[in-house]
Amino acid sequence: MSRVTIPIGPQHPALKEPERFMVTVEGETIVDADVRIGHIHRGMEKLFEQRTYMQNIHITERICGICSFTHSTNFCQATEYILGVEPPRRGLYLRTLMNEFERIHSHLLWLGVAGHEMGFDTLLMWSWDDRERILDLFEDITGNRVTHAYNTVGGVRRDITDAQAQRILHTMDILEERTKAYIQVGLNEQTILKRTQGVGILTTADAKRLCAVGPRLRASNVKYDVRKNDPYAAYGELPFEVITSDTLDVHGQLVVRALELLETVNMCRYMIKNLPTGDIRVKVPRKVPPGEAISRTEAPRGEDIHYLRSNGTDKPERLKVRAPTMANILNVAHTLKGANIADIPLIVAGIDPCMGCMDRVLILDRDKETSKVMTKDQLREYSIAWYEKEAYR
Amino acid sequence: MLENVVKWSRVKSPWVCHFNSGSCNGCDIEIIAALMPRFDAERFGVVLKGTPRHADVLLCTGPVTGQMKDRLLKIYEQMPEPKFVIAFGECGCSGAVYTGCYNVEGGIDKVIPVDAYIPGCPPKPEAILDGVVKLLTAFKESE
Repeated sequence: MSRVTIPIGPQHPALKEPERFMVTVEGETIVDADVRIGHIHRGMEKLFEQRTYMQNIHITERICGICSFTHSTNFCQATEYILGVEPPRRGLYLRTLMNEFERIHSHLLWLGVAGHEMGFDTLLMWSWDDRERILDLFEDITGNRVTHAYNTVGGVRRDITDAQAQRILHTMDILEERTKAYIQVGLNEQTILKRTQGVGILTTADAKRLCAVGPRLRASNVKYDVRKNDPYAAYGELPFEVITSDTLDVHGQLVVRALELLETVNMCRYMIKNLPTGDIRVKVPRKVPPGEAISRTEAPRGEDIHYLRSNGTDKPERLKVRAPTMANILNVAHTLKGANIADIPLIVAGIDPCMGCMDRVLILDRDKETSKVMTKDQLREYSIAWYEKEAYR
Repeated sequence: MLENVVKWSRVKSPWVCHFNSGSCNGCDIEIIAALMPRFDAERFGVVLKGTPRHADVLLCTGPVTGQMKDRLLKIYEQMPEPKFVIAFGECGCSGAVYTGCYNVEGGIDKVIPVDAYIPGCPPKPEAILDGVVKLLTAFKESE
């Protein structure tokens, strides 16, 4: 059978950022996949060197609008390591609380996107509606829905009141109920089972070899979570389990994320009930002495690493960011090999790419010298239609 | 007569194409959030389209990176007349926090003509609806 190369990207309709996949297919089966990234390269690492530490807190938030809080936590932590400053316990608890809120909002967002890709738009509407509840809490506590400006070097900026704590507990009750419903749907709904089981399999050995991170790694049955293995902020004091799945496929990722939601809800409750009293931040000097530090956090998508080097001025000398999607892109290129064209949207969405793009697909037939441009929507419809006629699955 | 019908339908149901020219995703998820049950932009006839060939309005986010500049121009040229461009978010309006980055143009209007600006980092979903309504009102009252 003749080989056909399909470029996917870089323009896109939904919430993903520009990115390009070159996929070579034989019939319906993908034999090779290559990734090209860098469409939204803005040169931020150079910008960090021209701004002060205070300004950089806000710029690190804008590395990514979905995991904004994780990036600013990471930057503040790295700066605190160099300064030798330990934030007060209440500050650390509030920082951890916000990190967990972000996990809830990101996992619900992923659940909706995955539902959309498999043609289950009802799930998209449900989970994004529940996501608004957590955004309301964000707005209540930090003043903004997406970029919070809540973190600062040496703690957090705002305290929470008792009334806010009650509102958080109330929202957690609703979210727990909803999450249990999603777990039921995820484990029993035929639409989900048929589209996700056995799709995008990444074996444990491959996951380790390709340095997968986050839910993708845990769905490949590797018990690794920065929150547990290298506790930061207040995670060392919180009771929680690291969720893994041994199914290795996209369904495993769905189960891992759904069960993590439940763990996160319990962690938030624990934090509110055991919130220490005292200050929320300590004053830190504007200038940071020479030194270097590496900070790691568990973003909703996986391990996020910041490397910071200071030179004694009020501006950093170097800040290197390794975002989780960067680590996961490699295993997507690997997982796509041997999969169906119809499974591309789901496998790529599976890692929850922070920059992923599936809009324009150009199908080129080298032998016949014909080409056909497909939009992402057409590809999605094609994949749904293709599965509908596959009765044996 | 026919022109009036076309104009009426365009005002009643604007089809929007969303294009990310290098933003941080914050604006993009707020655009999707505007279409979800809480805000439900579709009740005003706003439909998000994947292809620019079907769209009336290009909702553009991001400060325009070097790689996306040519693609933004291509997408703009593919849209049928009359076409409108909304610069969405602070960095789409002026570059904002990315001012000084070596790989950004610093705003959508440096590359293509822009009809409306929605500031905010990111703007709330209500702001999207407000911006679209203001743009269409201006279009309705023109000529």
